[in-house]
Amino acid sequence: MRVHRWTPPSLFFTGSLSAIVIALFFVPLVMTDSVMQKLTSLFILVILAMMWNALAGYGGLVSVGQQAFIGIGAYGTIFLGHVHTVAPFLAMLLAALIAGAIAVVVAPILLQLRGGAFAIGTWVVAEIFAIVVALDHKLGAGTGTSFIELNYYSPHQRQQYIYWAALGTAAVLLLALFLLLRSRLGASLQAIRDDEEAAASVGVRVMTGKAILFVLAGLGCGAAGALILANQLFIEPSGIFSVDYSALMIFMVLVGGLGTFDGPIIGGIVLYVIQQQLGDNGVWYFVLLGAVAIAFALLLPRGLMGTIQDRLGLRLMPVGYRLGKKA
Amino acid sequence: MSWVNAVIHGILLGGVYALLATGLSLMFGVMRIINLAHGSLALIGAYSAYELKVHAGMSPYVALVVIIPGALVVGYVLQRTLLERSLRAGPLVPLLTTFGLLIIIGNLLLKIFSPDVHSLDPGAIGSKSWRISSELSIPAFDVLILGVAIVVLGGLQLLLTRTRIGRELRATAADPDTAELVGIDSRTVYARATAIAVATAALAGVFFGMRSTFDPASGPTQLIYAFEAVVIGGLGSLWGTLFGGIVLGVAQTVGAQVDPSYFALFGHLVFLVVLVARALLEAGTLGLPARLRIPGRAAT
Repeated sequence: MRVHRWTPPSLFFTGSLSAIVIALFFVPLVMTDSVMQKLTSLFILVILAMMWNALAGYGGLVSVGQQAFIGIGAYGTIFLGHVHTVAPFLAMLLAALIAGAIAVVVAPILLQLRGGAFAIGTWVVAEIFAIVVALDHKLGAGTGTSFIELNYYSPHQRQQYIYWAALGTAAVLLLALFLLLRSRLGASLQAIRDDEEAAASVGVRVMTGKAILFVLAGLGCGAAGALILANQLFIEPSGIFSVDYSALMIFMVLVGGLGTFDGPIIGGIVLYVIQQQLGDNGVWYFVLLGAVAIAFALLLPRGLMGTIQDRLGLRLMPVGYRLGKKA
Repeated sequence: MSWVNAVIHGILLGGVYALLATGLSLMFGVMRIINLAHGSLALIGAYSAYELKVHAGMSPYVALVVIIPGALVVGYVLQRTLLERSLRAGPLVPLLTTFGLLIIIGNLLLKIFSPDVHSLDPGAIGSKSWRISSELSIPAFDVLILGVAIVVLGGLQLLLTRTRIGRELRATAADPDTAELVGIDSRTVYARATAIAVATAALAGVFFGMRSTFDPASGPTQLIYAFEAVVIGGLGSLWGTLFGGIVLGVAQTVGAQVDPSYFALFGHLVFLVVLVARALLEAGTLGLPARLRIPGRAAT
């Protein structure tokens, strides 16, 4: 018997995923702006799903307040790029880091809450930032604001850069999560998720593990927020701080597979297809998302990818260990 | 004088939040779950009263005779169908399903009633108030709500301590497996708890609708306020809920006195301050040197 991580299917899948990501980098050279914009929105969905899955699937932390960091990323970009004239893409990067820094500050407060209390606690934090932004006239107050600095680029150039930024962010976060889960920390994180007290009793630092995931999710959602702003060019506090983002994240992760590495990507694609079919503003759209999410939570709790993995014994990404007879 | 006025109004506002938070607190106490759809269920109560007014000409008070039994049934069925399955599926699942419900209810209300604000007519008591001085007046309707909250909390207290149903609730809350051993069906007990919780939510929703306007977005907002009241008062404690509601109400009205746009913000900030204070207390490090700390506290 030998313990190994890589299997032929996981080698194939990881190889194909890397190939797809590399191929996607060249899309802007051949595709129209509107295709790029749509793909950008898909990448943003995948980023959001990955971050929510990192929290809930690996840390057991159900947040309904990640819109706090989405909003901070977007308004941080406005604050730096519009109010303080930092170069647009640098402002986006810095805003994501600010979101991560704010996550560092609020983590010790929120992480003492458990289960539902943590969920609503994160929501309260999102509400606080929404109110503070809506009170600030430099940020456009409650009526919203545009990221006009991006108009220095031609529309085609702008869309290309945003596309690359979104794809690059998704790829970097995917890689970061991959390495994190394969590390010693990854094993302790999953121990925390499965049984916090048991993990603590064998010496796993529970709070540190959760805090790392919370900060990573804050950073990733902040980056997603900055990208949403760049992709839409206009935001308002009630939209960017809306709990609807949490609904989208929960839907994608539950459908794709909670606690699976590849599930959020699949969930992101499913949501993207639904958005293209139904339009993403309808009332029925959200009723459908809510109903499907409940159905998955109760009937197919491992989601699409988790169920496929369990049935076929496949692991598409080598984040765990497997026993095999191979010498 | 206007500050005194703000504090008094805040205390009375606490009654609204306490009434709304009672069911949340009960469900958490018995099942250790937080029903994220609690505010939305309260809102359904308010919209039902509105419909009963429009179609049957019922005043909101009379409508309660229909709404409360209806809410008991809704709560019972909700538990036996959706929440029971969720509870069995693991600790995270009830959160996910009740959040799904919140989204569904909010959007259905949006579809049926539009985003416009609605309101319920509280009758003559709505405009009545006791004037203490030129700047200080006490609105009679708010006193009524605080009274209703105290009656509901007291009634629940009596139910929990004096009746068989209450004993079964407490036994199941303490240890469902052992309660099963002595012949208590925990699923029935949970369904009763949810039925009571949804009924108090609907009651709170109707009074909330008479006190101020409401729209489909009010459900989540009221959920957050109710939850803050529960946490400030101490999770799972019934009378703590009233205390938490009052603290939250006072924080909001005092905030609004500073600037009307600070109403919700001050409430949220007090909530965070309570969380931080509690964390520091538990860590036993309120900046005090070890020898000044109360003995026994530091050990935990």
